[in-house]
Amino acid sequence: MTDLTQDMGEGASGPARPANSIFAQDARTKRRNAAERRFRMYGVIALGIGLVFLVALLFAIVRNGTPAFTQTFIHLPVELSEAKLDKNGNRDIEQIKKVSTFGYKPLIEDAVARALEENGIASPFEDAGDLTDLISSAAAAQIRDLVIANPDMIGETVEFRVLAASRVDGYFKGRVTRESLARDKNLDAEHLDVADALKDAGVIEREFNWDFILGADASESRPEQAGIGVAMLGSFFMMLVVLLLSLPIGVAASIYLEEFAPQNKFTDLIEVNISNLAAVPSIVFGILGLAVFIQFANLPQSAPLVGGLVLTLMTLPTIIISTRASLKAVPPSIRDAALGVGASKMQSVFHHVLPLAMPGILTGTIIGLAQALGETAPLLLIGMVGYIASNYPDGIASGFLDPNSAMPAQIYEWAKRADPAYYERAWGGIIILLVFLMTMNIIAIILRRRFERRW
Amino acid sequence: MNDMRIAERAVDVNETKISARKVQVYYGDTHAIKDVDVDIEDRTVTAFIGPSGCGKSTFLRCLNRMNDTIDSARVEGTILLDGEDIYDRKVDPVQLRAKVGMVFQKPNPFPKSIYDNVAYGPKIHGLAKNKAELDEIVEKALRRGAIWDEVKDRLQAPGTGLSGGQQQRLCIARAVATEPEVLLMDEPCSALDPIATAQVEELIDELRQDYSVVIVTHSMQQAARVSQKTAFFHLGHLVEYDETGKIFTNPEDPRTESYITGRIG
Repeated sequence: MTDLTQDMGEGASGPARPANSIFAQDARTKRRNAAERRFRMYGVIALGIGLVFLVALLFAIVRNGTPAFTQTFIHLPVELSEAKLDKNGNRDIEQIKKVSTFGYKPLIEDAVARALEENGIASPFEDAGDLTDLISSAAAAQIRDLVIANPDMIGETVEFRVLAASRVDGYFKGRVTRESLARDKNLDAEHLDVADALKDAGVIEREFNWDFILGADASESRPEQAGIGVAMLGSFFMMLVVLLLSLPIGVAASIYLEEFAPQNKFTDLIEVNISNLAAVPSIVFGILGLAVFIQFANLPQSAPLVGGLVLTLMTLPTIIISTRASLKAVPPSIRDAALGVGASKMQSVFHHVLPLAMPGILTGTIIGLAQALGETAPLLLIGMVGYIASNYPDGIASGFLDPNSAMPAQIYEWAKRADPAYYERAWGGIIILLVFLMTMNIIAIILRRRFERRW
Repeated sequence: MNDMRIAERAVDVNETKISARKVQVYYGDTHAIKDVDVDIEDRTVTAFIGPSGCGKSTFLRCLNRMNDTIDSARVEGTILLDGEDIYDRKVDPVQLRAKVGMVFQKPNPFPKSIYDNVAYGPKIHGLAKNKAELDEIVEKALRRGAIWDEVKDRLQAPGTGLSGGQQQRLCIARAVATEPEVLLMDEPCSALDPIATAQVEELIDELRQDYSVVIVTHSMQQAARVSQKTAFFHLGHLVEYDETGKIFTNPEDPRTESYITGRIG
């Protein structure tokens, strides 16, 4: 009000320029413009902070995660000595199987010693057994598997690509240093000298590791062997259950609520509850699944079926809300038009409304699935953290009812383990998970573009 | 009001097609239509006029039970179509709407091809046995809708790509494709320019040969131009219903006179 009276007081300043010239900003306009500029600045700052965090996050993930995709391997010709593996020499498979991985250790010892000799590297150790610390304990099993599969190879010298021990791998990746080994009983600085020399000789090489993407989890002491493949399979089975259940149930429920249900207190109540369910913490769904599916319905623990059911419960509200929103967005004139030519309610919905709402429904579904894919907490409660250490062609994780893990649960498991080598694995797992999520989001965008129609 | 030519009007008496008695419509607590009695004749264009909110569209939507889609709407009284009560329990509104077609205020073609727009009604009612028959029905309907010549070369083009006037004629073609007996039009020209309006009006006059047409309009000139009978609604009452010529030249009710001379409305 004060501005107004001021303006009126200046009325007598001459005829050349009106008192309320549009060239001069009055105090009120200036304040208003300043407020707008300030607000825009806040917006830019907020956006900037968000971007900084996003970039920092991506940088951290890529930096910490990419080493997991490569692994240090040792190329080792191993003599499959008949004296040690098949004393009777009759290639009886039962006899060969009796030799445990422990029995293969001397072969590896010899092989390493020979590798050093060939490359002219002096061993700093008196006991040749110390040298095997360079090699992953998975190597013996790898050689044994090959021998059992091909007993004819006994007696030959076969070139193997075996995993280096995780600390050797960590040394080449910069995770393990000579200083940190001072407090480590597993490896000495001398081992690193040998590793360096072997690397120069081309025996040790860092290569892309498909087993990380396709393989199974490994025990606490062998992080170099662990892979996310089996967990990926578990996630795949779960997503299949979620998609097959939540899409039809969610779409049917939303069509009924949006197009057929009468508007009364009861449907209002349902509506409010669906909105609230979408905001319920996922761990609540987990304990619900534990109580209902496992304790009451006696479904097996750790099974992708149960995980899928729990995630279905979690995804349904998301799908119902987005489906209803896209049904609502279809102009009512289309429904009128269909009814006007004598279509039944159902025909008008299925012939005209649903096709128009399809892009929105698909987008909502994929977003819901992506959310379910990354969900960890409910899986922990129903035990979807199975430790599956065998690969899947011959492994046990082959179906909806077999125990399995899921990608986010596997990542959580790795992050929890003591060995820092698993830390790198967790980051790598996150990269794979993010690749999946991004792919799903891109599919959602493509589908939306493709199905979108204008009216 | 200078172009109110009230001419070329055959005042022959036709049979009654729709007969409404004591019709009441409520939207929740609102009493929207009060005691409406009206006889709509066959092969006649009947216009409903009146100020906004007077209930003319509501009454129109009662005639093919489109009000059923509104939860809060309630209809009382009787509406007979050829002597049969359309609000009888045994009546399936879907069947009724095939007999009583409707054209809406805003052109609302389906976001499909021109062909599919027209073919949809006949398809769901099983009017065509094969593709050739369906083609024939579509062509006939588009000719009836006076749009055939404009779209015959692009039947697969989307119906939503046509101009407003073309869209509305496409909607009329779609409505007549199901061979209705009555055609309800809810302000069909309110979204159209004068040229498209003239085309649609011409079309309405032609449709009179075969159908009973009921048209709601805000334009009194239009009512005068196209209709044989006119009903004037005011505040939910049917104030006056008579020959169009009489309504516009010599109305009985003072409210009608005030409205058509522009004093209320």
